[in-house]
Amino acid sequence: MLAYITKRMLLMIPLIFGITLITFIVIHLAPGSPVEVQTEMSLKVSAQAKENLKKLYGLDKPLHIQYIEWLQRFLELDFGKSFVDGRKVLDKITERIPVTLVINVLSLLLILIVAVPLGVLSATKQYSWFDKLSTIFVFVGFSTPSFWLALLLMILFGVNLGILPISGIQSIDVSEMGPFDRVLDWIRHLVLPVGVSAFGGIAGLSRYSRSSMLEVIRQDYIKTARAKGLPESRVILRHAFRNALMPIVTILGLSVPGLIGGGVIFETIFAIPGMGQLFYSSTMSRDYPTVMGILVIGAVLTLVGNLVADISYALVDPRVRVRK
Amino acid sequence: MNLLRIIGRRFSRNKLALIGSSVVLSLITIALFAPILAPYDPTTIDIQNVLSPPCKAHLLGTDELGRDLLSRMIWGSRVSLKVGIVAVGIAMIIGIIIGSVSGFYGGTADAILMRFVDVMLAFPTFFLILAVIAILEPSIFTIMAVIGVTGWMDVARLVRAEFLSLKERDFVDAAQALGASNFRLIFRHILPNALSPVFVAATFGIAGAILTESGLSFLGLGVQPPDPSWGNILTSGKDNIEVAWWLSLFPGLAILITVLSYNLVGEGLRDALDPRLWGAERD
Repeated sequence: MLAYITKRMLLMIPLIFGITLITFIVIHLAPGSPVEVQTEMSLKVSAQAKENLKKLYGLDKPLHIQYIEWLQRFLELDFGKSFVDGRKVLDKITERIPVTLVINVLSLLLILIVAVPLGVLSATKQYSWFDKLSTIFVFVGFSTPSFWLALLLMILFGVNLGILPISGIQSIDVSEMGPFDRVLDWIRHLVLPVGVSAFGGIAGLSRYSRSSMLEVIRQDYIKTARAKGLPESRVILRHAFRNALMPIVTILGLSVPGLIGGGVIFETIFAIPGMGQLFYSSTMSRDYPTVMGILVIGAVLTLVGNLVADISYALVDPRVRVRK
Repeated sequence: MNLLRIIGRRFSRNKLALIGSSVVLSLITIALFAPILAPYDPTTIDIQNVLSPPCKAHLLGTDELGRDLLSRMIWGSRVSLKVGIVAVGIAMIIGIIIGSVSGFYGGTADAILMRFVDVMLAFPTFFLILAVIAILEPSIFTIMAVIGVTGWMDVARLVRAEFLSLKERDFVDAAQALGASNFRLIFRHILPNALSPVFVAATFGIAGAILTESGLSFLGLGVQPPDPSWGNILTSGKDNIEVAWWLSLFPGLAILITVLSYNLVGEGLRDALDPRLWGAERD
């Protein structure tokens, strides 16, 4: 097991290197240098001042030197300073992570709680009306733009019914509330964002658990379990379900980039101060150090998600460990 | 020919896939004949009729500048069609080339290309797209290119997998023995046999590209106003969320129906093209 994990982690090193390289190349595709973006507002900036700014950011050096220097600083977790407000990029990112993490974890939980039973039920009752209904739901779920769903829910619950707040993560008067009200306020603000971000995932995962379950049900050992007279509920829950769950673990790990990336749109809509919103505002203001920082961190988080998925898969399925 | 007929029969037995393909065909027709079908000019401003709810003169209402929503949506269907086709076309070309080379030659080339695929897959796609678009000028062309360039990885993996099994087959050995060049082996002999999963992926890819385009246009990074796209109409839906529900409802519904139809066609194609399912009547 340890050998498997070590091997798996060593494989990540070239990938992380590739991630930094692509990030660097993407950002340096930019036609105008960030110095121009910063100074275009004031015409009085002299050529000399521009040169000084370039030197400050190391933009006067050849590209490969810039990359190596950036990589060195990056390995020390120094992402540089934001072009917008001069604060450390790492600080800007880390203060955004908790919100995004909370929403992602909550919506992953919601996805699991709803999707897995949904998928398993439709598989055990294949071709029933329940199965057909949930298949329709899955297709609609796949095809719904999440930001549109967010808009509709905002109109319904925020504007028409007026029972849920439509932006931010806390009310303005939150400091005057008692601890209980504060938690309630927080929950009320999170209902819509978590629901919207889970929606597409529920469709995907329930489809996946359905087909995984269908596959398992056809296996000989299920026939054996039935043949030896076990009650159907025990066959499904003990014999089939546990085996069908294994590939689902992988899918959860693979859904990490979608959740992180999808955050951009709904965090912007709901005005949630998370990573997605920071990324959006940084790209709009061409805050390259922040953009690069988030791109790399987002990609590395994805790798970690995959790693966790692979390791847990190896834990539940001994065949993976043994295979060379 | 016989094979095509089997596939066609299997596809047409699938009701949902048939519904999906007829919707897709109608959408293509609407996009092609937009100038004739649209009751108004999509960009003409009418101050007298600002934010009019759906009525006889404006079936789906008007936006904050008095422009007819139905006409804007009809013209907007062109954007979805173009983005879907061009972006997926780019993704297919890149994916097929990288997948073929990787699967055919194997060895070091394969190892390097597949690590490249892994790296590209590690980025949250939307982040990568957003970064590139913000750096370049946002326009429909940027969007098509960027969605294509960030969306080829699955195709590359599919094509590679097909190549790995196909290149061991006897007909490839036979062609090689007859002196066919590698280029000919790849494009004439192996690739045509590897295409069916690519078609399926392309159909799902169009659906995904339309969704991505609408999201980007919604954020203001796609099709620029006054040109209409379903995504940027939704932006004005959000800006007028308290007064004009129709601006939020209808364009989103159009996106949903379009994407759903492509997904149904893709699902139908996948089932029809999967030989393992040919024996089974229902599966």
